[in-house]
Amino acid sequence: MSEMKQRAEHVRKKKAAFGPDVNLAEYSRQGGAWEYDPDYRGFSPEERSRLLTTGIELTDEDHAGTFLQADKTIVHCRAQQPGVEVLPITEAVRRYDWVADHLWRLVAVDADKYTASTELDLDNGYFIRALPGARIEQPVESCLYLRTDGFAQHVHNLVVVEEGAELHLITGCATHPGVVSGLHIGVSEFYVRQGGRLTFTMVHNWGEQVHVRPRTGVLVEAGGHYISNYILLRPVKSVQMYPTVTLNGPGAVARMQSILIAHPGSELDVGGRVILNAPRTRAEIIARTITTGGTSTARGHLVGLVPEIKAHLECRGLILAPQGVIIAIPELEGRVAGVEMSHEAAVGKIAAEEVEYLMARGLDEDEAVSTIVRGFLKVKIEGLPPALEEEMERVIQETGKGL
Amino acid sequence: MLKIEDLWVTINGKEILKGIDLHIPAGEAHVLFGKNGSGKSSLLMAIMGFSHYTLGQGKIIFRGQDITNLPTYERARLGLGLAFQRPPTIRGVRTRDILTACAGKRPYQDLVEQYGFAPFLDREINYGFSGGEIKRTELLQLMVQDPKMVLLDEPESGVDMENLQVVGEIIGRLLQKDRRRQHREKSGLIITHTGFILDYINADRAYILGEGRLCCQGNPRELLHDIKSYGYEECAKCRR
Repeated sequence: MSEMKQRAEHVRKKKAAFGPDVNLAEYSRQGGAWEYDPDYRGFSPEERSRLLTTGIELTDEDHAGTFLQADKTIVHCRAQQPGVEVLPITEAVRRYDWVADHLWRLVAVDADKYTASTELDLDNGYFIRALPGARIEQPVESCLYLRTDGFAQHVHNLVVVEEGAELHLITGCATHPGVVSGLHIGVSEFYVRQGGRLTFTMVHNWGEQVHVRPRTGVLVEAGGHYISNYILLRPVKSVQMYPTVTLNGPGAVARMQSILIAHPGSELDVGGRVILNAPRTRAEIIARTITTGGTSTARGHLVGLVPEIKAHLECRGLILAPQGVIIAIPELEGRVAGVEMSHEAAVGKIAAEEVEYLMARGLDEDEAVSTIVRGFLKVKIEGLPPALEEEMERVIQETGKGL
Repeated sequence: MLKIEDLWVTINGKEILKGIDLHIPAGEAHVLFGKNGSGKSSLLMAIMGFSHYTLGQGKIIFRGQDITNLPTYERARLGLGLAFQRPPTIRGVRTRDILTACAGKRPYQDLVEQYGFAPFLDREINYGFSGGEIKRTELLQLMVQDPKMVLLDEPESGVDMENLQVVGEIIGRLLQKDRRRQHREKSGLIITHTGFILDYINADRAYILGEGRLCCQGNPRELLHDIKSYGYEECAKCRR
């Protein structure tokens, strides 16, 4: 047995540090036997519609690459432009000797039972690489899809943005319209080499009884940029994630944004940590959370290890229902003098004066509240090409309708 | 245009307005003077129907309709428009969003260009705006809203001399001051401390509000002169 497997075996039952515990035995490991689908013909109109509100268009057009995994099976995988590689992770491990060495370096295999399950019983996952100097303007679109009710999906993803390369990755994670319950465990390790740039936008659209446990580690080298946008606007049973970004070279930059809605019955524990480990590194964590009755814990942790770093954390929460709960936990950890770190956190309801201000312009109360909520959710998604930015704004507005 | 009869208003149980009677005909602009805390802003808020202002008794008639119990948005839709003294900042909501809501189907791009407001369209409403920018935004919203009657709460406060001229011009336009008196349809009720705005609009009548009551009325410039010369206390004693 390999060392990784041994370490995983030791923590098979280890609970995560945060979030509600999930009994893995309650979920099936028998996914559907889906066939490879080169032109997406196997998707029903209902599935297409659902995936569209997750930002997934089910087309190879206007994409540098596409990847779609349904349950355990890779149903679509294609790289369309020079300079970008898209492969199932299992295939990448076979093809390149170095790939295996990049797994479990940024996320500990023995972090908890979710990471352990992924190592011990892997389904698949994506390997996406932008070759040195390649500026890939069109996005690579990946989709991790739960198509079978009650299934537990285990994926391990690896993204490498080589020196001076640029990549936009949009990941839509969703359930089939008929899926009510399930579990998604997604381990992701991203390497942004010197001067590289990775924009990672993840849209979640799960079922009401689905538990989600992403485990993400990111390493950014000198002058590299990592920008992540996480959008979760639909009901889910629970999401617990705490991605950690390490800025390891001078001038590296990280910006992490999340836009979350906690619906009744949803329990969200979403955080982010950035370790600033080189001079002139900068980091920003921004969270916008709305509760319509669920519970949301927004964590943010900035760690300044060397002088001349700058970091800011902003968490704003809006409580739209009496039983909704938002817990904001910002942490600043400066380990040396010469760090510049700040945070702001605000949680509350919509101010009556804002509603009445809009009513004085002729909007009725519902229109006024809806305008304020839409504005609250409107965070500028930086780092995307304008067309993609518009698309993401459309997804947010579309998904946020009817709140 | 606007008729207020024996209006009594309380805020959190405290009496703020005590029997206001006011009549502003179509085409006229009236001015409201008064010390800080005299109830001027409360009168405008009560006319607009804000929830914080509880009407004890009295009536508000606007364009022949009793609006005393109408919600704020219906008053706005009937043609009442308010420029706030200190409007709230609404994060994420752009100035463009509000102008679009105010405009309905009316185009407003020409107004934006005319008053040099294009750079502000995509900024969050009132966020980081200077005093002059706030006032100009408020007035631009009213221009787009095109109300029959404007309620202006200290439109010149915090505005530098250069912007004051722009603010004055916009108010003049809102009140149709470019038309002959008999052809004006729009009315206004304007709160001012300094009276600077009188240089730009030829107001028809002025009042002094003291301790929740209208205690004096007359020619706007004469009243302003008296206030400057003798102070509000003497004006209140006069009880014209």
